[in-house]
Order: sequence, then structure tokens, then C-alpha cells
Amino acid sequence: MTIPVSHYLVVSAMLLVIGVFGIFMNRKNVIVIMMSIELILLAANLNFVAFSGVLHDMVGQVFTMFVLTVAAAESAIGLAILVIYFRNRGSIEVEDVTLMKG
Amino acid sequence: MIANLAFYLFSFILLASAVMVVTSRNPVHAVLFLILGFLNAAVLFLLAGAEFLAFILAIVYVGAVAVLFLFVVMMLDVDFVALQEGFQRYAPVGALVALIMFVELVFIASSWAIAPASGAYRLFPMPDNLTNAAALGNLLYTAYLPLFQLGGVVLLVAMIGAIVLTHRDKPRPARAQNLAAQHARKPEDTLALVRAQLGQGAALPEAAPEKEHS
Repeated sequence: MTIPVSHYLVVSAMLLVIGVFGIFMNRKNVIVIMMSIELILLAANLNFVAFSGVLHDMVGQVFTMFVLTVAAAESAIGLAILVIYFRNRGSIEVEDVTLMKG
Repeated sequence: MIANLAFYLFSFILLASAVMVVTSRNPVHAVLFLILGFLNAAVLFLLAGAEFLAFILAIVYVGAVAVLFLFVVMMLDVDFVALQEGFQRYAPVGALVALIMFVELVFIASSWAIAPASGAYRLFPMPDNLTNAAALGNLLYTAYLPLFQLGGVVLLVAMIGAIVLTHRDKPRPARAQNLAAQHARKPEDTLALVRAQLGQGAALPEAAPEKEHS
């Protein structure tokens, strides 16, 4: 591996920060918030893979696979909730979700 | 050298498409940029030596998750312009939080070093004589088998949950088969024999009322 691991760290830090920024910017749009969460998870995965490569340890890649699994499940459930929420209320504004409290 | 150039190129495209994901006005464009970002992240995985995960990212993420996002964005008829309001209002505080976070992360990233003895603490060192996929499989199906099965359970729960959440009982469609009505149907209800008089033709009798298909 020729690329120093600190470059990977900076790239994934920027990716994570962009994801957090996206959550702040799109306070109302749940779809973009979920895409930002995907970006944050991708940044974490990039860190795992970079350290796995530089340390010559396979565990980072195994853990990345589990993170991918959980992220896929999370986005599937999230989009399903989004679909039924839109079906019930006709909008996907996050601020309306407080109306769901019992 | 080539690897370095490729790294900078693909990480630049990755970060640019990530910025476009969070700032683009049209969510369809955002999803397409998300796909581009995932593909570039897959190339970064390749450069780090994780071939199997790179292709998993390209196939599972681009092929399934991102397309799921695209499907939902196109299926829901959302007024996305209304959702964009507050974009400018939240931008300063978002930028502030992002800047503080980035500075902290850079501090962390610039002030650490790998311990020289860290090679002795490897849990599962990369084998030299195996491909990446074979090494990962060796590990997943032996040491991490319980976690692997639990990952499968997580996916199963997600699948059942998504189906249960979005399934709705539709009213019976108009052309559904009604077996009870079909079996109760007798020839007398629908069939009438008419004796035709010679030279006069046949007069149709009063038609039997059609059985209602409920």
C-alpha cells in the first residue's frame, strides 16, 4: 500500500463532515437526511478499510461488511417508514413527525 | 505514483459528489450523485486492497440501496421545493458545526502514530497466499460465523419489517374469482331451452337475472 493512511483519514473526515452538514442543511427532507447518513457510514467504512490495509489485518474488512449489512437494513426500514408516512400524511417534512407522538 | 494520482482523483470526485448530494435542489440528482460517490468510494477501497468489499459496495450499494432510494424518490410525489425552505437559515450553523468537527478530526488525524509493536497485536493477519475474497471468506465462515448469521437475521428482520410496514390490504379487485358463486351456479339459472315454432323464429324468454358477482 503506497498511499499513506493519513490521506484516507482526511478524506473520510471530510466525507463525515459533509454528511453532518447535509443533515443540518436539509432539516426538512428525510430522504436527503438518510442519504447523509449513508455518507457518514461510508466514511466510517473507508476508515475501517484504510486501517485494515495499513495494518494488514482482516478484521477491519469483516467489520466493514457488518456495517454494510446494518446500513442496508437501516435504509430499507427507513424508506419503508417514509413510504407509509407519506401515504398517511402526504408530506415528508420532518417537523410534522412530532405529531406522531402518542 | 499512479496509485497516488488515482487516489487524489477519485477522492476528489467522491467529495465533490458528496457535496452535490447534500446541496442539490433536485433529489433525483442527489441520488445519482450518491451513486457516483459510492462508485468512487469503491475505487478507494480497491486502492486500499479490499477488492471484495469494493465490488460488494458497487453491486449491493449501487445496485440495491441507491436504486431503492431512487425508486422511493420517484414513487413519492413530494413537493421538494417546499422542503428546501430553511436552506439558507440552517446553512451558517451547519457550516459552523461542520467546521468545528472537521478541525477536531484533523487534530486527531495529525497527531497519532501507529505503535511499532502493533504488528504483534493483529487479530487475523492478512494471509499472503490467498486472494482477498478467499481470506475474507475464511474468516467470515469460521471465526465470525455467529456474527455472520446474526447479520443474516438483521437482514431478514429488515425485509419482514419493510414488507409488513408497506403492505396494505387492498379491497378485492373487481375481477377476482368467487369460487362459491361459481360452484353454486346451476344450469337452470343461466340456460333456457326455447322451442322454436316453425317459420316464426324463436322469441327470447325473459332473461334470468345474472348472479351478482360480489
